[in-house]
Amino acid sequence: MKNYLLILLMAAALAACDANVKPGADEDASAMGGDRGGAQAGAIGTEGYGEGQSLPVSYEAGAINDANSVLAERVIYFDFDSSTVSDESVELIKHHGNYLSANPGASIRVEGHTDERGTREYNVALADRRAQSVERLLMFQGAGNDQITIISYGEEKPARLGHDETAWSMNRRVELVY
Amino acid sequence: MKRLLSGLILFCFYSLAQAVLNIEITEGVEGSLPIAVVPFQWHGGTKLADADVSAIIASDLARSGKFAPLADKDLIAYPKQPEDVHFQSWRMTGVDHLIIGGVKQEAENQYQVYFRMFDVLKGEQVLGYNFSATRASLRSVAHRISDHIIKALTGLPGAFDARIAYITAAQNPGKAVKYLLQSADTDGFNSQNLLLSDEPIMSPAWSPAGDRLAYVSFENGVAEIFVHNIHTAKREQISKFAGINGAPAWSPDGRKMAITLSKDGNPDIYVLNLDSKELTRITSHWSIDTEAVWMPDGRSLVFTSNRSGKPQLYQVAFKAGARPQRLTFEGSYNANASVSADGKTISFVNGDSNVFRIAVLYLDTGLVQIVTDGPLDESPEFSPNGSMIIYASQHKGQPVLAAVSTDGRHKQRLGLSDGDVREPAWSSVRK
Repeated sequence: MKNYLLILLMAAALAACDANVKPGADEDASAMGGDRGGAQAGAIGTEGYGEGQSLPVSYEAGAINDANSVLAERVIYFDFDSSTVSDESVELIKHHGNYLSANPGASIRVEGHTDERGTREYNVALADRRAQSVERLLMFQGAGNDQITIISYGEEKPARLGHDETAWSMNRRVELVY
Repeated sequence: MKRLLSGLILFCFYSLAQAVLNIEITEGVEGSLPIAVVPFQWHGGTKLADADVSAIIASDLARSGKFAPLADKDLIAYPKQPEDVHFQSWRMTGVDHLIIGGVKQEAENQYQVYFRMFDVLKGEQVLGYNFSATRASLRSVAHRISDHIIKALTGLPGAFDARIAYITAAQNPGKAVKYLLQSADTDGFNSQNLLLSDEPIMSPAWSPAGDRLAYVSFENGVAEIFVHNIHTAKREQISKFAGINGAPAWSPDGRKMAITLSKDGNPDIYVLNLDSKELTRITSHWSIDTEAVWMPDGRSLVFTSNRSGKPQLYQVAFKAGARPQRLTFEGSYNANASVSADGKTISFVNGDSNVFRIAVLYLDTGLVQIVTDGPLDESPEFSPNGSMIIYASQHKGQPVLAAVSTDGRHKQRLGLSDGDVREPAWSSVRK
């Protein structure tokens, strides 16, 4: 357990160093966040970390309702046919894991999704693995097994309609639903 | 205003539910055998526009990709009886076979349908049957006649007197998506709603006898597998484990079902005995294993796995210690197999990250043929006689169902007027 914490601390430190280098897809993702309302605000929050102005993150019970909290960012994006969580998303998931750890009464639904490419049942399996990747990181952070439920929708519930990379990049995701 | 809007949406949904699949042959008319289907005579009642038996037969023959029925204007005569057929003249039209027949209304809801098929060159009858029908079964009888004709002329068992199940998703802007599981005749008529839900419905699979449909439904907020009896409309929940409950596939004897579960941490394939409810784990690997289908002899499964790093097809025998054998090697994405009834060919989705097409693997030679153009083709399923593959495609950005002959030469589109239509499943022919 001690080792895990150490690794996570190192990962967090590394992620903070890397946060200035943003992959293009994520730029798109935050730029197009409008259709999901406040859910994108957290992407801006993590930028703040990159600039070294360590924002105070509250894990108090009410923090989950604060639109300005990093906890308001609840979508994690993935590459095609991949369930690997990016370093930047590890940072976000860490905050949610901390919140769950600090609030044992809170529970979360981890919803896995894919884009429309590829076959439907394979995509259900792929989205399940994405959700499981996120679940593992939440639990490393101290969230309890009983606080998390997983559901995989595959490509059945796209966030954005369309048959191009703009839509696809928005649909390859895990949503955290409190 | 709100009421008006919801009324409109209801109306839109109603029209989707009532929509008929329109069939358009898009490629491969050449090479089909010319055949003459003379419009049937109607006795004791007027012709029913929605059960025009000879038109249904001609349409089925055209859709088979093997025949090119003459247009009505090219028919040189309308013989009613065998003795009316002047073979010499029909030989001039270039057709090899000629079909005549009629429909007799004998009572309020009682019909007799008869037909005769002639070999024009030999000048003799090669096929002739009478069928009893009700008002509701007239179209089915027409499809059965098509199956008889195709069997007599090609040796292939029938495929048209069957049902196709499919799922539509009605996307109304600003409203939640409505998912609808339907079944219809193979020409899109007689559609029946089986399940309407606010949550996704997936992976319909017909029982071998065509009397039950298995599918995945998220209606209770989690994935569950149901078996729906088409005749009694009763359904049974057969799988509700934690995580994935997906990809149901009936065994050839209809007594077991291969399913995908992630209850043990990872998507793996299991076989559920439908009588005893005994569950047997088939694959056990850290990778994704899913989309199992049975070989017709019931001795092995073909499934999708990304154990090599990318999705590929594998086959695993039901034998202690059997290791899955990889079947596909070309391309970075080969998934979602369907096996032909003779067990000789497998259709599947072949793709890279941007183009997904339907391909056919010939198991005796290992050769792979791409039979569709993409770019987002999926959910292939063989017709019961293996001569056609139905699949989901896109036309001008709209989801459509399409069918292609197994050799790739003949293509047709089964278009819905609106709605996102997907995951066709072709039943066995009615007994």
